Parts: sequence; C-alpha cells; structure tokens
Amino acid sequence: MPGLEPTLTHYLLLAAALLVISVVGIIANRRNVLVLLMAVELVLLAANLNFVAFSAHYGDLSGQVMTMFVLATVAVESAIGLALLILLFRRRGTIAVQTLSVLKG
Amino acid sequence: MSFSAFVFYVLAAILLVSAVRVVSARQPVHAALSLALAFFTMAALWIMLGAEFLGLALVVIYVGAVMVLFLFVLMMLDSRQNDCSPRWRRHLIPALLVGAVMLAELALLIVNGVKGKNALVENAATTENTRELGKLVFNHYWYSLELVAVLLLVGMVAAIVLTHRQSRFAKRQDPAEQIAVRRDDRLRVVSMPAATEAETAQPPRKERER
Repeated sequence: MPGLEPTLTHYLLLAAALLVISVVGIIANRRNVLVLLMAVELVLLAANLNFVAFSAHYGDLSGQVMTMFVLATVAVESAIGLALLILLFRRRGTIAVQTLSVLKG
Repeated sequence: MSFSAFVFYVLAAILLVSAVRVVSARQPVHAALSLALAFFTMAALWIMLGAEFLGLALVVIYVGAVMVLFLFVLMMLDSRQNDCSPRWRRHLIPALLVGAVMLAELALLIVNGVKGKNALVENAATTENTRELGKLVFNHYWYSLELVAVLLLVGMVAAIVLTHRQSRFAKRQDPAEQIAVRRDDRLRVVSMPAATEAETAQPPRKERER
C-alpha cells in the first residue's frame, strides 16, 4: 500500500478518482449539455495528470509534450462542442439532454 | 509528513471537491466556476511535479480563455434553461454503480501494478523546464506540433462555419438562384388604358407651377 509521501501511485489514484467523478457526472446528468462538456474537460484533465506524473516519474519530458498536444486538442474540442451547442440551442430552443432523442429507435 | 506532502493532499482535496461541484452544481455558472478552480488546482499540482510551463499554460489558456468561452456561451443561452440539477433519483444508482466498479478496478490496477520504486524524480524542478520542453518540441516533435497547429486551424474554421449566420443584407451572388430565375420573376406586363387626345392636350395644372 502507498505511504503518506506523494509518489506516482498517489497521483495515479488522484487521476483515477477525477476520472470516476467525471464519468459519474456524465451518466447522471440529464439536464444540460454544457455540463457534459465540462465533465469531458475533467476527464481529459485526469489523463493529462497521468501524463505529467509519468513524465516526472521517468524524468522524461516527452510526457509533458504529449500533455501540451492534448491541451490543444481539448481546446479545439471544446470550441467545436460549444459551436454545436449554440446550433442546438438555435434549432431546438433548449440544451437539455433528455430532449435529444431523435435517433432513438 | 513533509510540507510538500501536506500541500499535495490539500490540493488533491480541493481538486476532488471542485470536480464534484462541477458535475453536481445546480446552476451551470457554478459548475463553470468550479471547473476554473479545478484547472487552477491542477496547475498547482503540475507545478509541484516540475511541469512549470504546462501549469502556467493551463492557467493562461484554460482559466483565461476556455472558461471565458464557456461563460460567454452560458450568457448567450436562455437563463431559464440554466437549471441543470441532475435527476439524481433516476440515474444516480447506475451511475454510482459504474463509478464504484471503475474506481475499484483502477485502484487495484494502480496499487498492484506499479512495481518497484515509484518515487518521483526530483531533478525536474531544478532544470529549466521551458527550455528543455522547447528543445524537445522543436527537435523531435515538430511534425506533431505542425499537425496540432493544423488541427487548431481546422477547429477555428469549423467553429466559425458552424455558428455563422447568413446575413440577409450580404451582397453576394448565388449561382443556383441565378440559373433558376424565370421570366415571370423579372418581367411584368401590365395593361394600361391608352391615353386619349383630350387628356394629352390639357394645359399643365396651376398647382404644379407654384
């Protein structure tokens, strides 16, 4: 079991907890697409924490480079997601998740 | 317990609490502000891990730009829609079940999987993080960097195209509309009574002279 001093295991457990909180939020949230986007940001932040922790663990900066690329990708993702959200609001007048059931068979 | 360990636990607690607030806040504005706090705390954690440049970039880009983008979109949307309280009663049980299983699996994997010494290397804080990162990016990862630049451009174009509204007053030609035009759209033949000789012979009226 990990001790009190923060090691790689602590950081990985923290990232796992962050991921789990975000996934629970994504599943439980039925009202707002915007909050879903925020939860996705949290998921990718947890992934980035893993990258940075492993980078510090191995003393290799490549993990931080990957984090930089992931950060750029997440920025693009959130920009396009918000654009789609605005389109959705214009078309439907609401951004509630439970109204998005057009594709339901 | 050393001081850095104490700081780590405080930051981790703030991070987890703010993450919970993000997904459970009743109002999206509170969720957005909690997300900003989570980003800020994560930046502090990264700086503790020796990733100074990424921590500062996280503060500047995410707290400064992305969160403002979120808040702008929040302002543009209808405030009556802003109540985002999740329907906990219906979906909380399966969500918690999935979360508990995921957390158990991940914790087992992490605690048992990390063998040997898992201490963090301490040299990262002493070297110049930004300089080393720049060397690495522009020597070994320049192709990926250019791909990311193209991705950012594509994202920008996509966001503009998606949200751009056609202006009604734009003076622009539409070839389809030009081809589809018919004679009736442009030309109207009206029948008018022919002017008689007596009407044309009348002198101009007095009112017009005044």
